[in-house]
Amino acid sequence: MAQESARYTELRARLVEPYEARHGKIQCVIKVGSATCELAAGAESVKEEFLKLVRASGRDDIEIKQTGCTGRCAKEPIVGVYVKGEKPYKYEQVTVDLVQQIFEHHILRGEALHPYILDKTTQNRYSYVVTMCSTICQPDSGIDWSDVFQDRLLVNNVDPAVIRVYQGGCMGLCVDQEERGKSMSMLVFPQRVTYKFSSIEELDAIIKCHFVDHQICEMYIAELDPLTNRFLSHYGDVAFFNRQTRITLRNSGLIDPDSLVEYLRVDGYASLAKTLEAKNRQDVIDTIAKSGLRGRGGAGYPTGKKWMAAHREEGSQKYIVCNADEGDPGAFMDRSALEGDPFSIIEGMTIGAYAIGANQGYLYIRAEYPLAIKRIENAIQQARAAGLLGAKILGSSFSFDLDVRLGAGAFVCGEETALIRSIEGERGQPVIRPPYPTQRGLWGKPTVINNVETWANVAPIILYGADWFSRIGTATSKGTKVFALAGKVKNTGLIEVPMGTRLQNIIYEIGGGLKEGRVLKAVQTGGPSGGCIPVSRMDTVVDYESLRDIGSIMGSGGMIVVDDQDCMVANAKFFLEFTQDESCGKCVPCREGTLRMLEILERIVDGEGTSEDLNKLERLGHLIKRTSLCGLGQSAPNPLLSSLEHFREEFLAHVEEKQCPTQRCKKLVRYEVIATACTGCTLCAKKCPVSCIRGSLRQIHHIDPSRCIKCGECYKVCRFKAIAKH
Amino acid sequence: MTINIMINDIEVTVPQGTTIMQAAEQIGVRIPRLCYLKDLSLAGACRICVVKVEGYSNFVASCATEALDGMVVQTNSPEIREARRDLVELILDNHPKDCQICERDGRCELQNLAYAMGVRERLFAGKRKQHPIDDSSLSVIRNAEKCILCQRCIRVCAEVQGVHNLAQMYRGVDTVVGPAHLNAMSESVCIYCGQCANVCPTAAFIEMNATDAVWKALADPTKHVVAQIAPSIRAAIGEGFDLPAGTPETGRTVTALRRLGFDAVFDTNFGADLTIMEEAHEFIKRLTANENLPLLTSCSSGWVVFLERFYPEMIPFASSCRSPMTMLSVLLKTYYAKQKGLNPDDIYVVAIMPCTAKKFEIQRPEHRSPNGLPYTDSVLTTRELVWMIKAYGIDFSCLEPGDFDSPLGFSSGAGDIFGATGGVLEAALRTASESLTGQPLEQIEFTQVRNAKDVKEATVMIAGQAINVAVANGLTNAKRILDRVKAGDKHYHLIELMACPGGCIGGGGQPYPQHGRYVLDEDILQLRANALYHIDQTKAVRKSHENPWIKRLYDEFLGSPGSDCAHTLLHTKYSPRHPRGIR
Repeated sequence: MAQESARYTELRARLVEPYEARHGKIQCVIKVGSATCELAAGAESVKEEFLKLVRASGRDDIEIKQTGCTGRCAKEPIVGVYVKGEKPYKYEQVTVDLVQQIFEHHILRGEALHPYILDKTTQNRYSYVVTMCSTICQPDSGIDWSDVFQDRLLVNNVDPAVIRVYQGGCMGLCVDQEERGKSMSMLVFPQRVTYKFSSIEELDAIIKCHFVDHQICEMYIAELDPLTNRFLSHYGDVAFFNRQTRITLRNSGLIDPDSLVEYLRVDGYASLAKTLEAKNRQDVIDTIAKSGLRGRGGAGYPTGKKWMAAHREEGSQKYIVCNADEGDPGAFMDRSALEGDPFSIIEGMTIGAYAIGANQGYLYIRAEYPLAIKRIENAIQQARAAGLLGAKILGSSFSFDLDVRLGAGAFVCGEETALIRSIEGERGQPVIRPPYPTQRGLWGKPTVINNVETWANVAPIILYGADWFSRIGTATSKGTKVFALAGKVKNTGLIEVPMGTRLQNIIYEIGGGLKEGRVLKAVQTGGPSGGCIPVSRMDTVVDYESLRDIGSIMGSGGMIVVDDQDCMVANAKFFLEFTQDESCGKCVPCREGTLRMLEILERIVDGEGTSEDLNKLERLGHLIKRTSLCGLGQSAPNPLLSSLEHFREEFLAHVEEKQCPTQRCKKLVRYEVIATACTGCTLCAKKCPVSCIRGSLRQIHHIDPSRCIKCGECYKVCRFKAIAKH
Repeated sequence: MTINIMINDIEVTVPQGTTIMQAAEQIGVRIPRLCYLKDLSLAGACRICVVKVEGYSNFVASCATEALDGMVVQTNSPEIREARRDLVELILDNHPKDCQICERDGRCELQNLAYAMGVRERLFAGKRKQHPIDDSSLSVIRNAEKCILCQRCIRVCAEVQGVHNLAQMYRGVDTVVGPAHLNAMSESVCIYCGQCANVCPTAAFIEMNATDAVWKALADPTKHVVAQIAPSIRAAIGEGFDLPAGTPETGRTVTALRRLGFDAVFDTNFGADLTIMEEAHEFIKRLTANENLPLLTSCSSGWVVFLERFYPEMIPFASSCRSPMTMLSVLLKTYYAKQKGLNPDDIYVVAIMPCTAKKFEIQRPEHRSPNGLPYTDSVLTTRELVWMIKAYGIDFSCLEPGDFDSPLGFSSGAGDIFGATGGVLEAALRTASESLTGQPLEQIEFTQVRNAKDVKEATVMIAGQAINVAVANGLTNAKRILDRVKAGDKHYHLIELMACPGGCIGGGGQPYPQHGRYVLDEDILQLRANALYHIDQTKAVRKSHENPWIKRLYDEFLGSPGSDCAHTLLHTKYSPRHPRGIR
């Protein structure tokens, strides 16, 4: 065995084995989310309560540990209960009171508290859980394989009620392009076996064998995907998770982010050991290139190509940078990855550094992420102590170290040239490219800058191979993408889906559809640089090209669901306010143009816009897009331009009829007394803060529109629905 | 390696590495521009120079985009023209609408662009930024409201002058350019050179106005108002009247000044000759004693402040000579006053300088007479004088040349070349050499120190001794040579340092470039230098020590170079001016 592998094995033996020995007797693990968002929701006191109860019970076979975020924002704090030999359960919105019940019923008596289980998806007991692979590779077939499966169960006299079926993500099990789109995979629990079939006959055969005869159907068995097969045992029977494919977030919410040992236990640093042992930089770059990994920061530049460019540059001093200046409003996947699985990012960067020949790296983390910074700094320290960072890593001749640099509080510092300037201590402002950072980057040296999510993908690609990775996704966009699903959808949070997943699948299956009675209007992707996709285009798949072609972008992965109560003009204004505020001020179109666009939008929502203003908005939008210096400016008009394109009638209503169809734009709203309904109770007149309602007792009241401040108080207090809001 | 590209359907062959903008210039296409300045780094901030390249989804900035083989470029399609027009309008919309009363002399680059791009109406006008004016400095005014954030001033201050006084603060539309923490210019590390005003396309930086004071003095019957003009004025003033660059205009400037009402007009060149007498004496003294070498020249007041701020440890090396301007002013208020029987307090000395730092220099306590009055009362830049002449209704090009007044109006050719880089050194070598050898020079011109682009070094043999000399213009270059001296890499004897690029001819107060030309354009600087060398060549007396009036001055008044009297009147001292917070 080569020295590097031997060192790695020795390291694992030294750290993991004592851990396993210590934990051998553990019967139950309680995992409490401890990311920033979870802590804000009260996770700390939940954890303390568990500790108290465990101590009081005198049990020494229960372990409580912190994990990163699982991605279910609205349901936090989330507590996972992992009883040995049983399916795990995740509890939602756990309070201190609930902790006692969980402890008493579930941990001590083994009775799960079904009403409190995440998404309440496990109220029924199933004999089997089946995850069908996604049909993203068969976009035109129109077949819903989970329906077909249920039908075939009936045909074969199996009670569908005992089997829970998910339409999951892409499992990446197709061997080649030839097979793609022809065969389907399914994962069956609790047997943890994957079948592959390509016809209804074959599916029938599997059903007969597995679900009727209770035998493993050897003929159709496929290899287990290294990550997908762990899903059920990791997350339990929760649709939200089982419909995803998690590579970036593979360990988030599962392991203790402060523990190198736990990272090692999930094959952490195996990729680095493998890389250092093979001693072939070109091979690493080729693997990344072949995998089809593209930059997850938004632009989608092929990562392998970027590494190759830096690798080719002469010079002994090169740098690796992790761009963690996550700034899109509502996007927090980078924070979640840093807080939930810091070692995987460090490992990815170390592999990247080896590939291009860098000996120093920087993590540029926004200063507003104190916990992420703390966890990364802790991880760096532990990695250094274990010989996984610093001089002669794992006994090889390769040395590499990492330092953290804090973001300067500007959105533009996420732009790579501005980020470089900021690390150098200069004003964070983009500079002209070329030269590209791979040619002349940090302090003039060749530098590879990749986003957090990109770095998190590196180690699995090296470990499981380029083919494994490239099997997931579409022809041009490989792997998965993390999205921050927000807005008017039931299940908000961080999700990771294979490239090529349809928007409608994300919204209705993972997101659980819209809230009661609401109608989907649009989806906004890519944050302030992205665009609005109208409801008619929900069959669009998420990949770099498809999103770009409909006027949006992948961006860093913001995804906001907009319903019929949201005003598209106000929505566009919100994003423009952000970009206008964050414009660095260097180039004229972005600095001055966004200000003028915002002024026009302000006029429109104030009812002072004209239809000529819409032309001006378009003219300025195209100007900014086509002439700005950096990507921030070039994409700043996207939300507005796409809204104007798809929702022009809503803009026209604002400027021509001076009406906001959703009644969101306060100044355009009018309140009127409905004469037939008014009883003359005088309540509205009493409550009106500006006393603009006239009328005496038992007389029909009247609102003076010239003095009304549109506060809506009369509308709220009227007990007879006698105030109309237009 | 050459490449071929198509610009507006015209094929052009250019060397690899040429930008689209440069390539276009080869076929007579001048792409409009604003933040671009040839000698500064690329900012790419204004986006005015955008062009359409076939196959590119966005427009590209032609100043920063390399022409690649086979590129098809369109610089003037309707969409490009509209984009450029809109960009200029966006700048205008956040700029005061006060062109009629603006100090910029009609050569405003923004105004010209607005006209050329056809901005005839304001489509997008809205809120306009508001900032206070900073007039704390004695040399330049900072008016952030007029600033269009092209960053030229920041770049010239950092890259050419190595001062780094200016930076951007805040962001987006709130961005403002100024000294650190937006401190007052008077409290900043500014060295008063005025290059920010020189390169500013608008009037966001402009010299402190002295014309009001001068008009007032001229109208005051109790004042005897005299003018002195610096060597480099005559080489550049013509450009202010749209005359071809490089035309020497000594005579007409003298006439114009007389017409403005000056009682006498003198030549700073006389002060320059005097400076050489003193400096050459100082140099020979140090050379003989082999102490405090290299001697650093001290004519350029911007450089002197730079020395005091950033290299205070090298103050002992600086020549103690006052600048030619102040030497002449001192004589005007002593020697001349005595000759004319005037009370020195009634003499009002106006110095016409290419320089804004001189406005600071005259206020230094060292340059005041024992009763506390400044030796020089006002400094006008070339630009200000041009404006006064125009305001007075004088048709400069029709004037008959006039002569300077005597006795402080006669100068040798050595005085003239002071205005160009290397000139002081050459003039000093002419005098020092003859003084050391006692023999007339065979070759009077030391061309090896002329036209320094950055740092120029030479070794000249004088009386059998190898004298290592160096010339630097632009303070970044000065820094380079001073660092070399400090490191002890090379032993120099005499170094000429000038704050501004090309020397005084590139001073911060020189006329704005004519339409379509660059500030600090090498060709223009060369033409101005040539004008001075031409004047030198055509003069009978070309060495300072041969100026008969200088000899007479020493005989009648000063004694000898380096005498006690000369020392009191013509020499000064320097003290460290540490930037705030640094000790």
